[in-house]
Amino acid sequence: MAETLVAPARGRAPARTESEGGRLDARKLGLFVLCLAAVFAYPFVDQALGWGRVGSFMSIFVFVILAMGLNVVVGYAGLLDLGYAAFFAIGAYTMAFLTSPGSVFVIQGLVPPVLQNFWVALVLSWFTAAAFGVLLGAPTLRLRGDYLAIVTLGFGEIVPNFFYNADGITNGTRGINPIGKPPTIELFGLSLGFGPTDQRNWYWLILLVGLLSLFLITRLYASRLGRAWQAVREDEIAAASMGVNLVRTKLWAFALGASFSGFAGSVYASAFQYVHPSQFEFSISVMVLSMVILGGIGNIYGVIAGGLLLASFDRILAEAMRDPIQRLGEAVGWDALAGHDITQDRLLVFGLALVLMMLLRPGGLFPNAQRRAELTPEDEDITVAETQTLYDLRAENEPALGERA
Amino acid sequence: MDFNASLFIQYLIIGVASGALIALIALGYTLVYGIVELINFAHGEVFMMGAFLALTVVGLAGLNADSSWSSIVGVALLTLAAAMLFSALINAGIDRIAYRRLRNAPRLAPLIAAIGFSFILQNIGIYWLGANPVTAPTLLPNEYRAFNVLTEWFGLDTRIRLRLLDIGVIGITVPLLAFLTWFVYRTRTGKAMRAVAQDREAAALMGIDINRTITTAFLLGGALAGAAGMIALFYNNAARFQMGFRYGLFAFTAAVLGGIGNLSGAVLGGLLIGVVWALSDGFMKEYIPAWGAQWTPAVIFGVLVIVMVFKPSGLLGEQTADKV
Repeated sequence: MAETLVAPARGRAPARTESEGGRLDARKLGLFVLCLAAVFAYPFVDQALGWGRVGSFMSIFVFVILAMGLNVVVGYAGLLDLGYAAFFAIGAYTMAFLTSPGSVFVIQGLVPPVLQNFWVALVLSWFTAAAFGVLLGAPTLRLRGDYLAIVTLGFGEIVPNFFYNADGITNGTRGINPIGKPPTIELFGLSLGFGPTDQRNWYWLILLVGLLSLFLITRLYASRLGRAWQAVREDEIAAASMGVNLVRTKLWAFALGASFSGFAGSVYASAFQYVHPSQFEFSISVMVLSMVILGGIGNIYGVIAGGLLLASFDRILAEAMRDPIQRLGEAVGWDALAGHDITQDRLLVFGLALVLMMLLRPGGLFPNAQRRAELTPEDEDITVAETQTLYDLRAENEPALGERA
Repeated sequence: MDFNASLFIQYLIIGVASGALIALIALGYTLVYGIVELINFAHGEVFMMGAFLALTVVGLAGLNADSSWSSIVGVALLTLAAAMLFSALINAGIDRIAYRRLRNAPRLAPLIAAIGFSFILQNIGIYWLGANPVTAPTLLPNEYRAFNVLTEWFGLDTRIRLRLLDIGVIGITVPLLAFLTWFVYRTRTGKAMRAVAQDREAAALMGIDINRTITTAFLLGGALAGAAGMIALFYNNAARFQMGFRYGLFAFTAAVLGGIGNLSGAVLGGLLIGVVWALSDGFMKEYIPAWGAQWTPAVIFGVLVIVMVFKPSGLLGEQTADKV
């Protein structure tokens, strides 16, 4: 059963609890639909006000997808992956290899035309990234947490290094330029094209891919596998003795986590029509990690919020704030501020996000309820323990706690 | 193609010199890991800070190629001391601010904080010297940089060059290693460090101040990183805010290769990684046409992944069943 957000008060009938939960869910759903409608309508607002930020939001959404995918690995399964950008790169290059007219594989006729279709390539990128997740995970998942982190970091360095240097296949530092686009969609008499002037359609496409990822990830979290991930994260030994296959569970986390960055990578490559190894460096992995940690490890909506916050700082805010801050510096006569370029502060912001979160709020801004309980064991269920005997036999017959129902 | 022995020896020499440098950084990882079991991710940036301070100090001293030998040596020693002190304080400061509070937190919390600090320090590096590489003033005149010890001093007729620069690197590194060995194995504080590494609680029960001992480890590791930073600055003749990342990862690989937590392992690993680095940078392309220095990081990270997967305890590491 889904977690109830508010612990039901003691003594109420279960039926009432459920109706309360239902009403809460309806309110949440309403909020969600409202947000969604606003996000979907944004390109019109943007056009009306002439902001021209649709392109920035496209890359912000891609980063949010990445953060959601990394959350599967780091948040759900508790495996620290410092090379996540490698899977992003693999997704992007898969799309480029399959659909770009400049790709070696296409030129040599190795790619059957059906695979050159954007949608097919999108699904294939998903599988390729997942396959590489298994490839990396299989030998390394035996390692303890911090060792695993470093191995993934090594992998995350090798992959862009390969794309930089394997000139004959990847075009090296020149990158791969035209990349396949989705064919024009005819829908209700509208024709939705994906040319360079159709940013709005791209925006919606990326949003849809993001929503699909969100749907898949929330379903996964509630599935048997998702519960196994949480069990492994909380206590490997206990999980193993309950019959959870550790290696298989972790491998699935790695593969599925990686697969979503395959999504992100392939839409990113196609939307911006360009892949270059420098787009996938270590700082990207850390940026995505900062999003997950800032938002709240393990809480998908928190992670989305964290992703939106940091990515919009990276893509919009820093740039937008540069001039006002410099003007403020001039106004108060502080030279350091007047000459300061805030777009140079990216690393500082990500770094501070990581350090401050670890020190002050290890669960993130919007912590996952279970994760919070793990991180601060003292205040775990104290209220329940005080008001209720721990082993209440009646609970076996008539569940008093909402969670047990 | 025939095996070119003199070329091989040439790259071996370069490898040993850069390996000595890596060993200095690797020791910092190993010292800290041995005691608090933390991969101090910010260590590479502590090294970078040392290089930046050295650059600033030498700039202030206003030396040039015409300065007298005594002033060059004096300034070099002063810079070395300043860089060591600076890096040591940064390293211990980070421990004081963050790691100490996370001692009892889940294992990944201090690691994530360390990654955060590594980014913060990189950004400070950008503020300090800008985002582009900065060239170091040439302390050693160019004729001495290229000076071949083997022909000039020993009168050997050989194509192998042993530069004064390489000797300088080894000449600074060896005394530092000797000092560290003496400190850890012969002094009271060193003994306390080993005790804390072995069993923190038991050491505390014996009256050892745990926090002070851990701070000492961070100070020592930082000082070595600072020295390495100064050496790297003059060895490469340049510094950049990203230098810590590459060197740091190479050094971490060295520490793992040698067996993390093991001091002589770090030195051995450092030398091996240095030699692999030099061979991959230059020697390999004699035999593999498509090879080039750009593949070196992939090779070294490949070594890292392979060691981690097949022998996480490293070459000289003890059996650490709980670590895998």
